[in-house]
Parts: sequence; C-alpha cells; structure tokens
Amino acid sequence: MIIQSLVGGALIGIGISILLLFNGKVLGVSGILGEFLNNPLSKNNWRLFFVTGLLVSPFVYNIFYQFPTIEMTSNNLVIVFGGLLVGFGSRLGSGCTSGHGVCGVARLSVRSLIATTTFILFGVLTVYVMQKVLI
Amino acid sequence: MTVLISLLVGIIFGMGLIIAQMTNPSKIIGFLTLGENWDPSLLFVMTSAVFISFFAFNFAKQKTKTLLNLDFEIPKRTEIDLSLLVGAALFGIGWGMVGLCPAPAIVSLAFGNSQTLLFIVSMLSGMYLFKLIKK
Repeated sequence: MIIQSLVGGALIGIGISILLLFNGKVLGVSGILGEFLNNPLSKNNWRLFFVTGLLVSPFVYNIFYQFPTIEMTSNNLVIVFGGLLVGFGSRLGSGCTSGHGVCGVARLSVRSLIATTTFILFGVLTVYVMQKVLI
Repeated sequence: MTVLISLLVGIIFGMGLIIAQMTNPSKIIGFLTLGENWDPSLLFVMTSAVFISFFAFNFAKQKTKTLLNLDFEIPKRTEIDLSLLVGAALFGIGWGMVGLCPAPAIVSLAFGNSQTLLFIVSMLSGMYLFKLIKK
C-alpha cells in the first residue's frame, strides 16, 4: 500500500525534524547505539530516552492496531553474520539507513548520497546472490 | 525537556517504521529484489521522509540555535574515503542478508521474535568489534 509507505515515511520525517529543530541532533540510529559504547552514561541521556521511545513505540501502535506480521526467512547463521556486518559496517561507514539514507540525503550530503547508493547496491547484489546463486 | 523530546521522537519514528512496514524483513528484501517482483515501498517511505526532513534541515541552516536555544550538531565531514565505502558495502551486505537495519531491529524487539533478538545481539557485537579494532 503506497499510502501506508507515505504516511509511515512522513512520521519518520517528522521525528527527524523534531529532533533536529528542538535538540539540534541528527537522527542516526547506528550512531545513537554505537555511541553508548563510547560515552559515560551521563552523556547518553537523550540516547537512552530515544531508544526507550523506539522500544515502546510498538505498544503505542498496539493501542490502535494489532502488531504487524513480520516474515523473517533467514536461518540463525545468516542472522548472526548479517547482524555483525550491519553493526560493524554502519560504524565504519559512519551511518545507516536513517543517518545517511534519510538525514544525509535530505541535507544533500554527497558523502551520504554515496554511502546510500553503495549500501543499496550491495544489498541488491547480496539478495541476488542469496536467491539465485546459493539456493 | 530534551530527554522528553527524544522519547517522543523515538515513539513517532518507531511508529513510522511500523506503519511503513519497514519492520518486516520481507519488505526490505522485496525492495532489494530487482525484477518483476520488485517491491517499491521503501522508495516511497524514503521519499516521504526525505521530503519532510529536507525542509527541517533547510530551516536549521538559516538558524544558529535550535528552538530550545541549543547548538545544532550537524556532521561536517565531506571526505569520500575507504572507511565510508567499505563500511557502507558491509552494511549493505548484512542488510540484504537479513532485511533488517538498526532502527527496525530495535522496534521489532516488542514483537517477541527470538531471531530479532539474535540479530540485535550480533549487531551490537559488530559495533563493539569496530570499537576494539579502531583503538
């Protein structure tokens, strides 16, 4: 459903805008998670509250609608390797889908546009290899 | 005040991801699968999110302080280096393998799927591994 995508995307954009215009922060989730490891807890207050918000968001959603269905078809080995790559890669590349893909693209950062193109390209290649070559 | 805004943003952002079905790995894999089964949803989500964020970043550019009189912390880096490219490539591979990136993974924890938890533990390990290597 296109409308769902557009409404969901709008909420994502509104969240990014509020965090920027009030707190002055760029919403990048890999950075927020990764910086927990680099800072004393006192400097992580806003990160802690943001992540708490993410964790409770499904329950707020659940007041109005039922939990969505999720289809995860990977086996556990793929999940472990995929998770390691997502964690390591997003830190090495200084961003993920939120920081580079939405915020970086929205502020027309060439660095983020290149990162976003790169991870989409490698995502496409990976899915192709997994579906066509390995199976 | 800033922590309450962070909490609110976490909830709005997380609900946006759920409504846009970005918490469903098969939607991500569908976007990364080119061909007749291609699922363009993620493109609509990103376009909508980028469109709104674009105005917020433009507004921020003209201001020196946020609405709460804080400094803006916007990334200033512009270099296209190996870290950016390799990081984004590794991230893209992991993203394509599982269909999850950091924010949707955290949000999906509430759905009670044990594979989501395994992904998050692996992802945080990957981030920790990066911190170890960087030293």
